[in-house]
Amino acid sequence: MAKMTLQELRKLRDSKKTEIQKRDLSGKETQIIVGMGTCGIAAGAKNVLDTFLTQLEIHNLNSVVVTQTGCMGLCYVEPTIEVIAPGMPSVIYGKVDAEVAKKIVEEHIIHKRMVSEHVFDRPSVDIIKDGGK
Amino acid sequence: MAYRSYILVCGGTACESSKANAIYESLLNEVDGQGLSEEVQVIKTGCFGFCEQGPIVKILPEDSFYVQVTPSDAKELVEEHIVKGREVKRLLYDKEGSKKHAKVEDIKFYQKQFRIVLRNCGFIDPENVDEYIAREGYSALEKVLFEMSGDEVIQELRTAGLRGRGGAGFPTWMKWNFTKQVKDADQKYIVCNADEGDPGAYMDRSTLEGDPHSVLEAMTIAGKTVGANQGYIYIRAEYPLAIHRLEVAMAQARDYGLLGKNILDSGFDFDIEIRLGAGAFVCGEETALLASIEGERGMPVPRPPFPAVKGLWGKPTVINNVETWANIPVIIMKGGDWFSQIGTHDSSGTKVFALTGKIRNSGLVEVPMGTTLREIIYDIGGGIANDKKFKAVQTGGPSGGVITEEFLDTPIDFGSLQKLGSMMGSGGMIVMDEDDCIVDVTKFYLEFSVEESCGKCAPCRIGGRSLMNILDKITKGNGTIEDIEQMKEIGHAMKQASLCALGQTAPNPILSTVKHFEAEYLAHINDKTCPAGKCKSLITYNILPDLCIGCTACARKCPTAAITGERRQVHVIDQAACIKCGACFETCKFGAIEIR
Ligand SMILES: Cc1cc2nc3c(=O)[nH]c(=O)nc-3n(C[C@H](O)[C@H](O)[C@H](O)COP(=O)(O)O)c2cc1C
Ligand code: SF4
Repeated sequence: MAKMTLQELRKLRDSKKTEIQKRDLSGKETQIIVGMGTCGIAAGAKNVLDTFLTQLEIHNLNSVVVTQTGCMGLCYVEPTIEVIAPGMPSVIYGKVDAEVAKKIVEEHIIHKRMVSEHVFDRPSVDIIKDGGK
Repeated sequence: MAYRSYILVCGGTACESSKANAIYESLLNEVDGQGLSEEVQVIKTGCFGFCEQGPIVKILPEDSFYVQVTPSDAKELVEEHIVKGREVKRLLYDKEGSKKHAKVEDIKFYQKQFRIVLRNCGFIDPENVDEYIAREGYSALEKVLFEMSGDEVIQELRTAGLRGRGGAGFPTWMKWNFTKQVKDADQKYIVCNADEGDPGAYMDRSTLEGDPHSVLEAMTIAGKTVGANQGYIYIRAEYPLAIHRLEVAMAQARDYGLLGKNILDSGFDFDIEIRLGAGAFVCGEETALLASIEGERGMPVPRPPFPAVKGLWGKPTVINNVETWANIPVIIMKGGDWFSQIGTHDSSGTKVFALTGKIRNSGLVEVPMGTTLREIIYDIGGGIANDKKFKAVQTGGPSGGVITEEFLDTPIDFGSLQKLGSMMGSGGMIVMDEDDCIVDVTKFYLEFSVEESCGKCAPCRIGGRSLMNILDKITKGNGTIEDIEQMKEIGHAMKQASLCALGQTAPNPILSTVKHFEAEYLAHINDKTCPAGKCKSLITYNILPDLCIGCTACARKCPTAAITGERRQVHVIDQAACIKCGACFETCKFGAIEIR
């Protein structure tokens, strides 16, 4: 990507925003976001990420993307992950190890059932969501 | 098929004890009874962190938040909310009760946290600039480059009332203004202080790891505002992931023309370099930090002149803390007025704390200023772990002090913590329970300050060491009653005569604990006992003959073979051989080991 002008930056922002919104509402794509701050990694997030990748391969789930993010602040239940699946509210899971990761793929992603005992909540509202104004 | 609704029942330890299980069962029954089990899933969750109002039930996708639910409410919740689609008003959390701190309309009030600094942490991929941009990233920079004058930016910060988050709480707009007003400088600098050396603190690390662009954007904004073209981020080498994410972010920003020459075709140049620190605590002090960037030994120098007018290589330099920086884009985006409504009159905005120690839900919390310690510890933190008794909470790290039960309802801001003899500091918050010895904890902090003292000035170098010697004496049972007065005297002298804030604040942990926990010091001094059972010289491990069944478990664990006894016979500890490691205490299943 070359250097941008103001107009190009605004255009990029708008297109990225629509992309994210689409995914939130009707998109076909499922997203697994793994918390990969130092705390998450220390608690085994890397292993969890790898488990997701192998499980998705085993189940042949090609439309699921796995990405990373920083710390959500829930240190007492690291590793934490978020699953955004079409037709379901997005969910934060905590205390995720390889076993739980497998369950999440089988239950949440394939059968659209949340995995009990591991659901947590974002600690705060999102101040950016409504356009940041 | 996906479910139509999800009923989440809080299964955290605190809610669990207030009948969450029974609620879960009755909800399951109701859903079954209504023939809805194909459409509605009932799930047990982890702790929502609002335990005071528990048990909590949340229904998705509406995101309805029900509090103090009882098993008998299950029928109504299912019939009304699920079947008829009407929220059960009487169980919804009463929003009125908690409006006192955050006046902003759109806050979901059941959540005591409010995230400005951590707005993107846990939302975006920190290594993908597009995600930052999609969440309004770099739109504050747009404004500053194309719509606002430097004075307008400073005015906005002034209206916001933002104070530095690195410890001292100095108004940010004033710093920027001092630097801006220097007219005859051929160069000015912008510096980010990411040294973060307090034990127990990791707020800045997490911010940089989760949202590096927010700091880059803010520094560029400052550059444009005060007329600087070069920035430095001073970060400790022990933070490899944060450094990596910063490097990735800087490369992407340069690629997009958001950093470097002619930013967004505005004609403004600004670039940033990373400088690694070796992890000396004193290098977080601003003048020592600047010396370290210059390649000198990191030692504080007297101020004034302040860095704002004479800083890096003698040039005017704005230096701010990571968390201070992360607030800036939001203030520009949403306006100083918006920001000033959050928090208290004395301190606006939020503060990030690293909540650790004997707490159930440890973690990184961001709350509006003015939130009470009780709310942080009990509502967000879920209370003390293992149902132990709260003893004190330590804020401000080695520069701060302890706060006891009676002051837990103080709204936190810069002023109120100082009045209590503690400090906001950078945001470490360590909770202690009845098993922590106050003298021992104080010794830990003092030891830290003494080790990290740069040794330049005598009050800190010699005073700190003398305090250390006295504390050591007390924990060994050799203290005298005069020691307390002497510690106070040395402490006050250090406060007044030390060159930098390290020495000036190092006695705070002592002064504050001597005040609030005098009895515990006296127990060490007069009775030669450690009430919490921590100070090794003052305790002995003994086996209670009535409870010992002679299982031999402790004898097998003891590393020095100090425990003897036949199988099924009462065991004895040879006090001369005992090194007081506590292994027997941990091992005994019958509570037969006593600490005296
Ligand atoms: C011993 C000592 C250590 C410090 N460590 C840090 C630190 O790690 N991070 C930080 O931002 N400020 C630290 N400070 C405070 C800085 O000197 C300075 O006040 C701060 O960087 C200013 O930024 P702010 O106005 O945004 O708070 C320290 C001060 C002292 C005396
Ligand atoms: S107070 Fe301590 S750390 Fe600060 S300059 Fe003096 S000796 Fe160095």
